[in-house]
This record gives sequence, structure tokens and C-alpha cells, in this order.
Amino acid sequence: MAQRVLACTGCHGPQGRAAPDGYYPRIAGKPPVYLYNQLLNFRDGRRRYGLMSALLAPLSDAYLREIAGHFASLDVAYPPPQPAQAGPELVERGRQLVHEGDAARHVPACVQCHGAAMMGVAPSIPGLLGLPRDYLNAQLGAWRGSARRAQAPDCMAQVAKALSPEDIGAVSAWLAAQPAQGKPAIRLPAPLPLACGGVDAAALVSKSGP
Amino acid sequence: MTSRRIALTLLALLALGVAAVATMIALNHRDEQAAAGGPVTSNDASIARGLYLTRAGDCIGCHTARGGTPYAGGRGIETPFGTVYAPNLTPDRDTGLGEWSADDFWRALHNGRARDGRLLYPAFPYPNYTRVTRADADAMYVYLRSLPAVRQVNRAHELRFPFDLQPALAVWRALFFEPGAYRADAARDASWNRGAYLVEGLGHCNACHSKRNALGAPSGPLDLAGGLIPVQNWYAPSLTAADESSVVGWDVADVVALLRDGRSPRGTVMGPMSEVVLNSTQHLSNDDLVAIARFLQSLPATPPSARSSAGSKAATADAAARGARLYADRCAACHGERGEGVPGAYPALAGSRAVTMDSSANLVHIVLEGGFPPSTTGNPRPFGMPPFATFLSNDDVSDLLSHIRRAWGNRAAPVSPLEVARYRDTGRP
Repeated sequence: MAQRVLACTGCHGPQGRAAPDGYYPRIAGKPPVYLYNQLLNFRDGRRRYGLMSALLAPLSDAYLREIAGHFASLDVAYPPPQPAQAGPELVERGRQLVHEGDAARHVPACVQCHGAAMMGVAPSIPGLLGLPRDYLNAQLGAWRGSARRAQAPDCMAQVAKALSPEDIGAVSAWLAAQPAQGKPAIRLPAPLPLACGGVDAAALVSKSGP
Repeated sequence: MTSRRIALTLLALLALGVAAVATMIALNHRDEQAAAGGPVTSNDASIARGLYLTRAGDCIGCHTARGGTPYAGGRGIETPFGTVYAPNLTPDRDTGLGEWSADDFWRALHNGRARDGRLLYPAFPYPNYTRVTRADADAMYVYLRSLPAVRQVNRAHELRFPFDLQPALAVWRALFFEPGAYRADAARDASWNRGAYLVEGLGHCNACHSKRNALGAPSGPLDLAGGLIPVQNWYAPSLTAADESSVVGWDVADVVALLRDGRSPRGTVMGPMSEVVLNSTQHLSNDDLVAIARFLQSLPATPPSARSSAGSKAATADAAARGARLYADRCAACHGERGEGVPGAYPALAGSRAVTMDSSANLVHIVLEGGFPPSTTGNPRPFGMPPFATFLSNDDVSDLLSHIRRAWGNRAAPVSPLEVARYRDTGRP
């Protein structure tokens, strides 16, 4: 399979392990349904990046699912994060949003959906660590400006639109400076605070862990 | 006397003008009286036949927006004259073909005229579809009627003046469009004629595989001598030239495999042809693919293109060394140190017509944008090529392509950085 998907690893790094010092996000070890949903989103125009959309245009759902499964199955160590390049106030604001959210603006904490360890929840919620700060900024900004979309209901769009550009900068700066390790969580302790398309919400809390 | 002469001249000009308009109107209504067809029957067989023919015409390719409902329209077809938005073909009463009769549908296909009398833009390839039989048109109509009705309002075309005007379109049609029918060649067998009917009609192969004139008109359905696809800037290679994509001398089975699977021992499809295989040719029956192959193999060969500089201008020693180094670093792991490739996975570059053909457009696109051949039943898990747009400059790509066009026995002209710049950032969604 690795020989078939050299088209992906050209940008996302060997085994999809892209480091946080670039732009392209790591895809190794991300939850399989999350990766599959993103491949569909690029192919079908909900996410916009010309190179990705053109690459995926002639590929079938079944093959995209297999490609997603391949990268999800790769267990590759994470490199250390980049040091935070922001002032202490901004970093604290970021930490606060990630762990507590902003109740006044109906912004849930990141950890409520992405897991206490922020490594995502299998099989559909992505981790937030081990990603370049520029990439995180670009994604949240794109959601806020409707350039990135997910299947309806688009929960991340609701969250991103409630954040100010300064909030987004704070969250990205804090997340990009955290060390990443481990795998996506098996389940969430409590139901999702928002309804999310492409995500089987009941399965995230009900399945029995190991 | 003088004023009388002026008056007479004006009168004569007016008469000429009226005659010209009358002629143009008449030319635009040719062969429309024959519209009334018999009753159409809708049953499982006719719907299945209609689906098959609709696929042969790749209707879904234009009439579906990216990620949208099939046949509900909305995809913008970019042309040098502006963007034409394909309309909704589902049977929705208000926004689709709900009110259309089989005669209306026939008139659109055969005469390029909408139900309300408007002339249709030839981005809809009715200069080809006019050769489709009434029976086939009726089956396609029946199939489209069987789709779920989707309410999706059509988007207005965005064309530049004067191309947005119906009279301008009428002039274009008077010059370049004539309703017609497929004329069987009695000297050929039924299979050959079937292939010709599909290539000239529903297949509308010449829409890409031929040059268009300054007004966007191809010279005719039998001109398959290759052309640069407007706006997308991919080169649809000549199907008649031995040094491009002629299939003379191929096993028929290899032509069939290429159209059915997107891959054959003789080559692999990439770029816009991926979409054609995906939506259209992979669904055709073996008999029809054999028919197309036999027809294509019978096309008269065109002489090799008069190349401006093939084999003459070699790159400078510096550029050649840079190109060889880039190849070793970026390409050789898959395509081999001697451009030999890996059968079934990575195409050989040595002796490849895709590498040595005169136009460098596709090479530039493939290096910059990468790509996968289509996922088909015969090749469901294709190998992909990575995009290098973010890693290689125009100079790099120039050096690299000039190298592979001169290495391992290849003898083609170098590719200038200017050519790379021309094709960079075009042809992507």
C-alpha cells in the first residue's frame, strides 16, 4: 500500500509523519474515519486545496477508505514540538480555551470532543497535537471564513465562527507547543456538546474500552 | 439624382440585411420540422439502455457539480469566452427537465435548441450529439426522467460580450453547426460503424482531441489530430499521429483495457482523460470498446508534427547536469535509473510517447500536480504520482523535463522555463 500512496507522502512526509516545522499536517495515526471524511471533503469540494482536490478527483470511495485506513494504522513516533512563539498572556488564553472553553460565547473546551489528551477519539475525531501552528491557524481561519467545511451539521464551523482571530492565534500557539504522544482515545467520557456530521456520536461514548 | 442613388443604396443594403438575417434564422432552424417522434416507452430495459447511453456521452461529467447530486447541474465549464454552467437534467418541474417532452429533448440534442426556443451554447456538444439516433435520444430521455427530481436552480452563464448574446450564438451556429445524422459506411462492418457512431456522436472525442478555431469551433467530429484543451491547458494528444496517441499497431485488447481500466500494457490515462474513463468508458460493453478500438485503428495517420527543434537544441551542460541530478533525487526511486519504470505501477519514461510528444503541457501538469489514474473496476487501487508544485521551481521543472526528454534514447526538444510557467497553476479545480 505504501507504494501506491507515494502521491501522499511527497508532502505529508515519509509514512505521513510530517513534522510541525512545516505546513503539511501529519496524517499518520489519525483516526481512520476522520481521515476518510477529509479525503471525501477534499474530493467533493467541502475542503479546498487545489492539489488535493485534483489528486483525489478520480478515486473511489472504497479506495479512499483504504488509503485512510493505511495511514491511520501507522504507529510512528512524534517529534518534539516547536517552542511556543507567543507571549505568556496569549499562551494562557490558548490554554484556557483548550481546557475550559468560553461559556459566555458557547464555545466548548477543545478537550470535550478531542479527548482529555487531545490525541483525538477513534474512529472519527482528530487529535490536535503534533500539528504545525500555521496549519492550525489556517484551518480554524478557513472554518471561520467558510472555506473549510465538513459534513452537516458542521460543528467545527460553529466553534470557529464563535472565536475571534486573536482566540484562534492563541489556541494554535498553545496547541503547537505541546508534546504529542500516544494514540487516539477509545471513547469519550461524556456525550459531544455539539452535533457533528460524519461522526457517530453514540458510538463515541457507548463502546466499551479495553 | 445623388439623393436617389443614396436611397437606392440604402434600400439595397436593407434588403441584403433582411436577407442575411432571414438566412441566418433559416440556418438556425434547419432540420427542426422533423422533431415529432413517436411515443416513448419507459420500462426497465429502456431506462437501462438510457443509462448506458448517458454514460457513453459522459453527461454526468458536466451536469454534476463537484460533490453535488448527479445530473442536477451547476458545474461551471470554463471557456475562453467565459463560464457556461451546465443545467439541471433531473425531472424537477421548476428547475430541471420536468416539463420537457421527448421532442424537446430531441431538439436539444439534435438541434441545440432549448424547450423555450433559446439557442444552446456548444459547450454542450450538440455538434456531436446531433448524430445520435432518435431512438438513442429517447432512451436517454427516459433514463433522465427516471432520476429523482432535485430542485436546484440553474446558474446563469457568465460570458463576455458579445458571446452572451443569442444573435452572436446564431451567427456562430450558422457558421459552424449543421444538424446531421451518422452516415454508415457501407464498405465497413457493423462493429466499425458502431465505433465511428460512438466516437463521432456521444463520445464527442474531438471536443478535446482536436484544435479549435478562434471562435472555439472544432473542425469536425472526424478531426482527432490533437489539441490543447482551452483553459485547462492539458494537451489532448492526437489519436492519429504515430508519435502521439495513435493506437495503430496496438492489440485491440490493449486499447480496450486502456478505456475500460484506465491502464494497459501500452499506457495509462492521467489528467482529464481520467475523468472520461471514470464516468464514461469504463462502463461501456466489451463489444462497444472493441468497436471504438477498431475505428480508432482505422483512422488515416497524420505525418509526424513538424517539430521546431526536436533533436537539435540540447540543453547546456550545466542545465543537463541539474536535470540529471533532480531526476536521481526525485524520480529515479519509482521510474528507475534508466527510466524503465515498474510494469503495472510506475510508467516507463524511456521510449514513452507521453514524454517525447511535441507538447510539454501534460508533462508539466503531471510533475507539478501529480495525479492518480482513475479507480476503476479493473484497476481499483491505482498508484499515484506526488505533486512537486511546492518543491520545484519553473527552472527546476525545465531542467528535469529537458533531461527526461533527452535521456535513455528519448530525442525530444527541451522544455523552457517559460513553457513551465505557462502551464503552472492552470487546469486545477
